[in-house]
Amino acid sequence: MSTHESIANPAVPPPRPVDEEPLIAVRNLKVHFDLGGGGFIDRFIGSNTEKRVVKAVDGVTLDIYPRETLGLVGESGCGKSTLGRAILHLIPPTAGEVIYRGQDLAHLSGKKLREQRRHLQIIFQDPYASLNPRMTVGQIVGEPLDTFHLARGKQAEQRVQELLETVGLSKRFIKRYPHEFSGGQRQRIGIARALAVDPDFIVADEPISALDVSIQAQIMNLLERLQRDKHLTYLFISHDLRAIRHVSDRVAVMYLGKLVELADAKAIYAEPLMPYTKALISAVPVPDPEIEANRQRMVLEGDVPSPINPPTGCRFHTRCPYMIEACKEVVPQLVQIKPNHHAACIRISPDQPNIEDVSPGAAPGLDAGQHS
Amino acid sequence: MNNNGNLLEVKDLRTYFQTEDGLVKAVDGISFNLKRGETLGIVGESGSGKSVTNLSIIRLVPDPPGKIVSGEVVFDGQDLLLLSNESIRRIRGRRIAMIFQDPMTSLNPFLKISRQLMEMTQLHLGHSREQAHEHAVKMLETVGIPDARERADNYPHEFSGGMRQRVMIAMALSCEPELIIADEPTTALDVTIQAQILELIKRLKQETGTSVILITHDLGVVAGMADHVIVMYAGKIFEQARTTELFATPGNPYTKGLLRSVPDPSAEQGKLYQIPGLPPDVAHLGPGCPFAPRCDRAEEICHREFPPFVQLNADHCSLCHFAEEVFAESGGKTSDTVQK
Repeated sequence: MSTHESIANPAVPPPRPVDEEPLIAVRNLKVHFDLGGGGFIDRFIGSNTEKRVVKAVDGVTLDIYPRETLGLVGESGCGKSTLGRAILHLIPPTAGEVIYRGQDLAHLSGKKLREQRRHLQIIFQDPYASLNPRMTVGQIVGEPLDTFHLARGKQAEQRVQELLETVGLSKRFIKRYPHEFSGGQRQRIGIARALAVDPDFIVADEPISALDVSIQAQIMNLLERLQRDKHLTYLFISHDLRAIRHVSDRVAVMYLGKLVELADAKAIYAEPLMPYTKALISAVPVPDPEIEANRQRMVLEGDVPSPINPPTGCRFHTRCPYMIEACKEVVPQLVQIKPNHHAACIRISPDQPNIEDVSPGAAPGLDAGQHS
Repeated sequence: MNNNGNLLEVKDLRTYFQTEDGLVKAVDGISFNLKRGETLGIVGESGSGKSVTNLSIIRLVPDPPGKIVSGEVVFDGQDLLLLSNESIRRIRGRRIAMIFQDPMTSLNPFLKISRQLMEMTQLHLGHSREQAHEHAVKMLETVGIPDARERADNYPHEFSGGMRQRVMIAMALSCEPELIIADEPTTALDVTIQAQILELIKRLKQETGTSVILITHDLGVVAGMADHVIVMYAGKIFEQARTTELFATPGNPYTKGLLRSVPDPSAEQGKLYQIPGLPPDVAHLGPGCPFAPRCDRAEEICHREFPPFVQLNADHCSLCHFAEEVFAESGGKTSDTVQK
């Protein structure tokens, strides 16, 4: 094992103390995309008279602890990938903070940010698009070593070989090009590249979505093994709830730019609290015909609203079967409903956590004064 | 015409592709029957031949490079492979309808939704413009498009992915076909929208009594939708059974592996079972079982000899040298009334 590895990853005892400091603290992070409109000329011509803004991530606060896997789920367009990228500052946030080891990444200059970024890596969804087709596997995996001046020449070559073996690829592949590999193998190359710089934290953005079922299991197992061996922390982004349940310690659910529920993976699947999470969990097809035959599905009406000028109040109110008038106005905050189980819904509170038991029209969360 | 209740009988279908890499036997000797009103699920990974099977049934295999080299596709007593291009065109869309994975690429972006739906009934049912328009609106209502009358004059880009897939279903249903082939109909959709679309297909199937062939890679979707399941691998049927039986007592190591490699949300976490290795290169298959290099119970014979298609009971078959053992290990019972 090379020397820099031991520096980047000091041996830490496996069990995590409860009051541990988060590795990454996200505070009120916002990413807004301005689509134009509403300007003087727009109003003059009479088209686009309203200013249009996509609030892809709208005030997310989140802690990610060392060596955990935080699963982030949501449907397409909910902002989960944007959040992952904004945490790494691959997309500059509009507002908010991302604190990594006590430093706010937003306030770092280009050079300092690049240095810190060495510890923060990403694995992309599409292994076909994210590897340079004109570079060999050796160059792809070795490039970060050069960029961060970690190794050169023979030493770099040896390191690349080690990395390939770590992700289960033969070192014979070093001179081959990406198109010679299958999807699963390409994803392994992407993982090897991310590992080259000994990161602490990896954003895995839909790492298995483009892969076949039998290959998905291989990649999930690989990521888990690497996490154990190298003490990695993951933000695992996926729309696949079964995969998320399998790999995550905690799960965060996102809907139209906001976090709506956050809890231990087990709890969120066993007893989801917020209606959207309930619908999401109940929509997952289970590979068991007997369960499927007797299942009461909570099928939502309608589509996910456009993230351009999203619904007021609770963004889920347009599709929520439990909606009351107040939901259209009050923006629910993510509050602790049960120990370590947070949800954003005015119709539940720590005293009345189950929305089915709440009397019609009541909003216990609102009465408790938890929401703005 | 057909007295055994089979709407579709596929017999020893072979579709080969001539590629630079050599001859690819994308579908290699597939046989199955589909009864009226039933749903058949076809499961497999990419390259297993599941989509080519269905393109072959409706004769949409691109030729060249593809060619249906042998077999029969008997639909309601008629072998579709022997029909003239003109006659097959009258069956396609009218009696056999298709729903594809990506609704954006299968709708014409330049035509209004109504126009695309009207085309179907004007062509196949001889509707007048007014009749066809009324029918189009009715179909959009059936599949749950809100404000169908107004939305009918929208263009595809004005619809969301889920709504486009509803339009595709409306289009498929508009001539009341006897068979619908749905190729990964929900793969491009979000989970909550997938649930809506699957419920819709289920409801419409009950109302119209249509038979459905559902192609998917998602075992969960099959579990909830299909009466029978076919598992494909490397152009072959590896296992075929009633859905409940296939999931409860699989008789093929590949099926077993697939079932175990899907994480179960209700189970405890732990190491997930993984099938080692990669799907085979179909252009270069050896003489033995195509799954043997990845199979944890493969023996010498598996690499040497092609496995037999073993009948385990009345409607359960498995392509494996050790089919009976695998079946018995998963607790399956061979019924006494096995017919040959």
